[in-house]
Amino acid sequence: MNPQVTDTDTGGTGYNFAYLDEGTKRMIRRAILKAIAIPGYQVPFAAREMPMPYGWGTGGVQLTAAILGASDVLKVIDQGADDTTNAVSIRRFFTATAGVATTTRTARATVIQTRHRIPEAPLAEGQVLVYQVPIPEPLRFLEPRETETRELHALGEYGLMHVKLYEDIARHGHIATTYAYPVEVAGRYVMDPSPTPKFDNPKMDDCPALQLFGAGREKRIYAIPPYTRVRSLDFEDHPFRVQSFAHPCALCGAQGVYLDEVVLDDAGGRMFVCSDTDHCETRRADGHTGEAA
Amino acid sequence: MYVAVKGGEAAIDNAHRLLAETRRGDPSVPDLGVAQIREQMRLLVDRVMTEGSLYDPDLAALALKQARGDVVEAVFLVRAYRTTLPRLGATEALDTGAMTLARRISATFKDLPGGQVLGPTFDYTHRLVDFSLAEGAAPAPAAEAEPDEAACPRVTDLLGQAGLLEPSPPDVGAPIGDLTREPVDYPADRALRLQALARGDEGFLLALGYSTQRGYGRTHPFVGEIRVGAVALAFTPEELGFPVSLGTVEMTECQMINQFQGHGAVPPQFTRGYGLVFGQGERKAMAMALVDRSLRAAELGEAVVVPAQDQEFVLAHCDSLQATGFVEHMKLPHYVDFQAELDLVRRLRAEHAARAAVPEEAEPQESQPQEFEEPTRREAAE
Repeated sequence: MNPQVTDTDTGGTGYNFAYLDEGTKRMIRRAILKAIAIPGYQVPFAAREMPMPYGWGTGGVQLTAAILGASDVLKVIDQGADDTTNAVSIRRFFTATAGVATTTRTARATVIQTRHRIPEAPLAEGQVLVYQVPIPEPLRFLEPRETETRELHALGEYGLMHVKLYEDIARHGHIATTYAYPVEVAGRYVMDPSPTPKFDNPKMDDCPALQLFGAGREKRIYAIPPYTRVRSLDFEDHPFRVQSFAHPCALCGAQGVYLDEVVLDDAGGRMFVCSDTDHCETRRADGHTGEAA
Repeated sequence: MYVAVKGGEAAIDNAHRLLAETRRGDPSVPDLGVAQIREQMRLLVDRVMTEGSLYDPDLAALALKQARGDVVEAVFLVRAYRTTLPRLGATEALDTGAMTLARRISATFKDLPGGQVLGPTFDYTHRLVDFSLAEGAAPAPAAEAEPDEAACPRVTDLLGQAGLLEPSPPDVGAPIGDLTREPVDYPADRALRLQALARGDEGFLLALGYSTQRGYGRTHPFVGEIRVGAVALAFTPEELGFPVSLGTVEMTECQMINQFQGHGAVPPQFTRGYGLVFGQGERKAMAMALVDRSLRAAELGEAVVVPAQDQEFVLAHCDSLQATGFVEHMKLPHYVDFQAELDLVRRLRAEHAARAAVPEEAEPQESQPQEFEEPTRREAAE
């Protein structure tokens, strides 16, 4: 293989540090800076073809590759878990190409790449949360044409979205959006938070960590700078609400966290456990137990 | 007791080792050589080069071997490799009119300068399985003749001289876009559209081109010309200032000619759709030409009403890697989102059942689906 710039070659791999060449990283960093300067705005960027498939986190991987430094500590989660196969695969990619330290502990990580969840433990200043985004355009399923949605964003014309949410209420009595629930960022752009459950939306608001969103296939980057107002769209008479669970985690007894439903048998047996595996393990190590532990 | 699933890393390693062994197949059967694929699966190699946007028959053959013959997977390998290659510059424009022809046909004229050259084609073969191939029978030698030195101008150049056919837009030296280095900004110009179509999935373009023939955006096409052969590549290094030959590439070019009524200042004339692919790929080149012409609807004052005329629809969905990645990513875990949807559907069903129960007495518990007997989740503050 014959990659270009190798000024920070990782040695064995023949590829540049964190895979991407420095020219590409610079292009991505510029897009990131623009995204931070205009919170919630989708910045087009020249996403590269990565050695993993589109739809499997190529946007997040490019963001992580562009911001990763040798002293960073990386955590990768998918569905809240560090040991799901794609999280394992992405973590190994950076171990191989960047040689950075990795961790499963949320508090220890400086960069956290995630798919579909925000960790339960509050994030801190100096941390960066990188989201993998499939469809960055919150209006896509209301208006598929980008030439149209671009104009709607420019005009701040989000009536379509409010009508959609209203129709949900008229039809179902609720807003029938449970994940990828649209948010308004810094009072301006409506943004897709990636397909995290709406349970996680409040964590985005006024978060001390930098939140970056990367969509590789769709070639878009957007961001929420630290301590930015993020408001889930709602109505005065139908305020935004998150899911809550009737039972605590069966392993660690945690309440007020997002749970996975695990099917135990074919007779209706179920148990609910923490989706955030690190949160669950940390609590158990601290002596908390649930009914099944 | 439930134990959270662990061991993803070992499972991935083992899956990859099993894949390697499965790829090889029965070890008592000789290993397939890359040169064998390159020479005997040439059309497959050509397709991988075209959709992979990289002219390298050996690399494409190796990718096919590694991908177990899966075209999209082989294209993926080639593309991922291509991304890491430096861009040295752009070659001079290809002169396909000076192509060393292996094949050249026109459907719009019975005969024309340069003649009709059938070349190596499946056309007119009877599709009967040749069982002698299973025995490894060698083919009879092909007939030979002296090369024809006569010029073989492109049909579009012949028609163009009479003003019957729209001319090629003049080369104004505008910078050449590259959709692999810049995100596509809709509406995309024709050069970028052609780049996207050239890389696009053959099956997708075939179906779209076919749809225009069946009435979804009819363009009245004729095959002006299909030519297959070797085209010289020339590159002008900055330090030299004059073009030097880099060798030749095998290509297939299709010029589709389409009826056009004219409007306003433009007199009636034939318009064109263009297809160009690596190697011998007539199906792809023809489909590409049909779709290219279709995508010119807005420019030619035609109403944009069908999928093949809609550039956001075509360009955003024609790439096999983007399509396969997003379709196949559905097999990644989605249980967090599914949990959120389960919660909603359970709640909606409970409310539906409650509404149904209102006119009469409350329904007996037994008739209710099990999940409502023990509602495990509820909306906060409701």
